[in-house]
Amino acid sequence: MTEMMTGAEMVVRAMQDHDVDTLFGYPGGAVLPIYDALFQQNSVQHILVRHEQGAVHSAEGYARSSGKVGVVLVTSGPGATNAVTGLTDALMDSIPVVCFTGQVPTHLIGSDAFQECDTVGITRHCTKHNYLVKRIEDLPRIIHEAFYVAKSGRPGPVVVDIPKDIQFQRGVYTPPGEIRHKSYNPRTKGDRSQIERAVDLMLRAKRPVFYTGGGVINAGPEASRLLRELVRLTGFPVTSTLMGLGAYPANDPLWLGMLGMHGTYEANLAMHGCDVMINIGARFDDRITGRLDAFSPYSRKIHVDIDPSSINKNVKVEVGIIGDAASVLADMLEIFRAKKRAEQAEEIRPWWKDINSWRARNSLSYRNSKEIIKPQYAVERLYQLTKNRKTYVTTEVGQHQMWAAQHFHFDEPNRWMTSGGLGTMGYGLPAAIGVQLAHPDALVIDIAGEASILMNMQEMSTAAQYRLPVKIFILNNEYMGMVRQWQELLHGGRYSESYSSALPDFVKLAEAYHAKGIRCGDPAELDAAIQEMIDYPGPVIFDCLVAKEENCFPMIPSGKAHNEMILPDFEGDTGSVIDAKGKQLV
Amino acid sequence: MNTTHYPTLTTQQVIEKRTLCVLVDNEPGVLARIAGMFSGRGYNIESLTVSETEHEKHLSRITIVTSGTASVLNQIEAQLDRLVPVHKVVNLTAKASIERELALVKVRGKGEHRMEALRLATAFGAKPVDATLDSFVFELSGPSDDVERFINLMADIGLVEVSRTGVAAIARGNEGL
Repeated sequence: MTEMMTGAEMVVRAMQDHDVDTLFGYPGGAVLPIYDALFQQNSVQHILVRHEQGAVHSAEGYARSSGKVGVVLVTSGPGATNAVTGLTDALMDSIPVVCFTGQVPTHLIGSDAFQECDTVGITRHCTKHNYLVKRIEDLPRIIHEAFYVAKSGRPGPVVVDIPKDIQFQRGVYTPPGEIRHKSYNPRTKGDRSQIERAVDLMLRAKRPVFYTGGGVINAGPEASRLLRELVRLTGFPVTSTLMGLGAYPANDPLWLGMLGMHGTYEANLAMHGCDVMINIGARFDDRITGRLDAFSPYSRKIHVDIDPSSINKNVKVEVGIIGDAASVLADMLEIFRAKKRAEQAEEIRPWWKDINSWRARNSLSYRNSKEIIKPQYAVERLYQLTKNRKTYVTTEVGQHQMWAAQHFHFDEPNRWMTSGGLGTMGYGLPAAIGVQLAHPDALVIDIAGEASILMNMQEMSTAAQYRLPVKIFILNNEYMGMVRQWQELLHGGRYSESYSSALPDFVKLAEAYHAKGIRCGDPAELDAAIQEMIDYPGPVIFDCLVAKEENCFPMIPSGKAHNEMILPDFEGDTGSVIDAKGKQLV
Repeated sequence: MNTTHYPTLTTQQVIEKRTLCVLVDNEPGVLARIAGMFSGRGYNIESLTVSETEHEKHLSRITIVTSGTASVLNQIEAQLDRLVPVHKVVNLTAKASIERELALVKVRGKGEHRMEALRLATAFGAKPVDATLDSFVFELSGPSDDVERFINLMADIGLVEVSRTGVAAIARGNEGL
């Protein structure tokens, strides 16, 4: 049904037609007509954030935990520029987001008008695609296209920049139909002969490993289910990137834990020593590979990715399969099942023996204390006390993020939201707000650091306004912990500007934001304090005072290979581990 | 031994030139998207030519000459292909193809210099398109190497300035893109 309406009404109608129930935004001059249209309807709930960066992270949290597109509405100029960090974050982590930005009226574009900026120019590099709408006739098509581009193929953020005069103009609205984009039609079905080649390699493998990533999560719950089936059918070990945690259950004996810079010893040595690597939806990121010329030197590699540019980008592979993880996994499963060799279980037994001996090193161990809470212990207790609930975890960025990845175990996809690619401090709280809105009855915890949390602390107001009972669990070591750790390892322990001076009193801060504040620094009281946090029906800031100079291990030092990890029982001089070239890396 | 964990070269690879033909929607910003992808990822553009070639469909054809190692060049093709308004990316270097460039070359000189300029132009098939008593503007089209050689020769005679279009290219044979 086509209908006449204003551009602003089209924006709202299109959201309704795309089943958007939650919109994160902040009003301003250039989007007032859209806010007026929002005011006159009830199906799209607008969540008023306190900073536009928070709006995008909230939309990301909403999208990642629900599998839907996150939607944002901000004004021109500063509204758009404040959204840039969130958009870049969504681009790096392949999160579907549609961000509507207001723009000055078309006749003022280019005149340096009040709150004007070149939004499409600025966001061209941090979006999957963006549009400036110059004619009302184009608006409905562009919005429908934006949703299609955001969620199809490798998902990502899309900006739709709408000048204010277009929002007032009347035009014909056409509802979304089947989209057959003239140039963008990503391939989802993997090439059958390549999949057969991959399975043939898998069938002959003596030392195989599955290396999975965020692509499995993005492909939906069906992909996780198929992954579980395939892994169990093969009996191969499986590890995952930070982005892919939860796709394979952490409580399973075939699970090796996370790999990469702070991954487990067994996962990294399995990557190093394998003869066949099956990469599903991961992108050989530098945090994963370590030193490239020493990365998994004995393996033949299979890479499944929906983005053709990911194949052979960082690491050359024998078999590249372009397609959606769920679709390719289904084909792999079918072919593997038909050709399965019963003898293979016996053939990979020595490999499992190696893996179990690496596992026995217990690389995530740490020296616990009765006097002071160790950060790893805090995450472990948090996990133990929440594991039987429907729990979603977001994080900020730094040591606490890695400890959360190591010690909080995920058995389901879409339960773990963290800024992987961009590493955005300040991600966790707004993301938790988005998650809580998508899952009102769930327990949503932002595992935070005292430095990161201050970057988007203003979003506590949002949590208070909408009565969102998010729990912020701060591992407070009074340092930007990962910065401090690198300064210890690389810069002679000169802690330049990494001490968190003049911290607020987080308990009082919680109270100022109409929330509950809890402080705990005694390991003996930790369980009771965490329980109090869980039981409280509203938002909580938990100030967990932890050991100040604890390092996050295990660790692959910069410029080193997977088999050169530092383990927690390392007794040497950490300052000498990284050579001059390694120091130049990030 | 390379100690970086970044995707830099781990073995010595040869730098090659490649001519790519990119078919795109002729919409605002499309050239910025292409050029921005090159600058943002640190790739080289040696020349870039663009014009709308199919008016009804609003399709533009961009010819890009770029250089890099084989893996970088393959990555450039993949990165171009994933841009939303890009319809097609074709590696013309891999096919038998024709590459041509047009140059306008202004030369100043009197007497013997002037005559020599005209003689060389004739030898290269360059056409004088403007003349004064002490100058010529020559139009020359041909492979970039010929254009380059002609300009080098003119430099000794009295080269004033050059305007070049960059490379336009098309595959040989009866098939379209």
